[in-house]
Amino acid sequence: MIEIENVHKSFGALQVLKGIDLTVQRGEVVSVIGGSGSGKSTLLTCINGLEPIDKGRIVVDGTEVHARDTDLNKLRRKIGIVFQQFNAFPHLTVLENVTLAPRKVKGMGRKDAEEIAVQQLSHVGLADKLNVYPSRLSGGQQQRMAIARALAMSPDYILFDEVTSALDPQLVGEVLDTLKLLADEGMTMICVTHEMSFARDVSDRVAFFHKGVMAEIGAPDQIFGDPQQEETRQFLSSVR
Amino acid sequence: MGNYTFQWRQAFRAFPEMLEGALVTLQISILSMLIGVTIAVLLAVGRDAKSRWLRAPATAWVEVARNTPALFQIYMAHFGLGSFGIYLSPYAALLAGIAFNNAGYLCETFRGAMRAIPGTQLRAGRSLGMGQAKAFRLIILPQMFRISFLPTTNQMIWAILMTSLGVTVGLNSDLAGVTQDLNARSFRTFEFFALAAVIYYVIAKAVMLGARLLAARLFRY
Repeated sequence: MIEIENVHKSFGALQVLKGIDLTVQRGEVVSVIGGSGSGKSTLLTCINGLEPIDKGRIVVDGTEVHARDTDLNKLRRKIGIVFQQFNAFPHLTVLENVTLAPRKVKGMGRKDAEEIAVQQLSHVGLADKLNVYPSRLSGGQQQRMAIARALAMSPDYILFDEVTSALDPQLVGEVLDTLKLLADEGMTMICVTHEMSFARDVSDRVAFFHKGVMAEIGAPDQIFGDPQQEETRQFLSSVR
Repeated sequence: MGNYTFQWRQAFRAFPEMLEGALVTLQISILSMLIGVTIAVLLAVGRDAKSRWLRAPATAWVEVARNTPALFQIYMAHFGLGSFGIYLSPYAALLAGIAFNNAGYLCETFRGAMRAIPGTQLRAGRSLGMGQAKAFRLIILPQMFRISFLPTTNQMIWAILMTSLGVTVGLNSDLAGVTQDLNARSFRTFEFFALAAVIYYVIAKAVMLGARLLAARLFRY
């Protein structure tokens, strides 16, 4: 369970998060929508401790992320994150990209790590690209590799940060299909996304962020069919 | 140049002796590069560190290494340190001087290369559970070496040629030292130094070729 309580975060004078409260249960898929600069992506990097927070707290399975004595390296093993810009490691093959963390972080042997990697890469449809370098992959393939890389650590949660925003339109579908597959398998996911149809079809709940505040949260049907807040209505009509 | 008679035979007879010197030259330059690269990585990290106590010495090293003559650096290692009771042999002093110089230049080369790697690479490593040092070693370092490979080979050649400064601290086992001795005995300056120059050229070329083969093996992406 991820518990986010009254989280505040500023970059200099710019207040990005102004008191976010959100609890995500195991097995739940929560989509976060909202305009750019609304603080959605920042929240994700706060959850896995890549960014410090100014106030409030985030607790993952009983461990407070920003507590002084928390071992973030250990905590991050169970919180995968996939970024907008893929962040493939260009000097490693697809297989090596995926085995790196299991081997060097979890201390797994090469054989075991490769077995898991092949399994995860097959899962995302890249079984035929094992020994290829990322530069030879399309954006969609690189992003699917990044998903397999996160999955290979067998995380309990995965955070998706606008994972289709840097893709050519015709490649968006293949990545979204992968996310749907994971959601169907019961993976706990928080997806910051601009894909409204994805948010509507796949999520258990949809949160709308506006200027650093979670303006509204609810079931997809309610958010998209009967938004309660004026900001939500405006945002939805602007993206439709 | 009218009445000078070239005496190449004498120079060629000394060829095996010069080749032995060439091996010493090669050895010093390779060692100086290995030491230089290692220190340069540490300096590059230090120069961008948050702590002033890391930044200041790293910056000082780079400033002195880059802005003073290499000859002085080697002199200091041999004669200068002697004033503090530290005595380095000509070989050790030359090696130390060149390694010092290499580290200063390579630090900046490496720093430039690191700037070319997106910060998100490190974040990606950290988010997979790697500590700062591990992510640096596994993700940043290999990419840094590839980006800086060509300027690094430049420094390698510079290191080979700098070894000739060893004669100034009395080194007589390297190529320049051997050549200097032969010259002192025969006064066939032109022949010996011309031959030595050719050998330096061949060493530099061979090292470049080796570096290129190494690069083809290491950087396949």
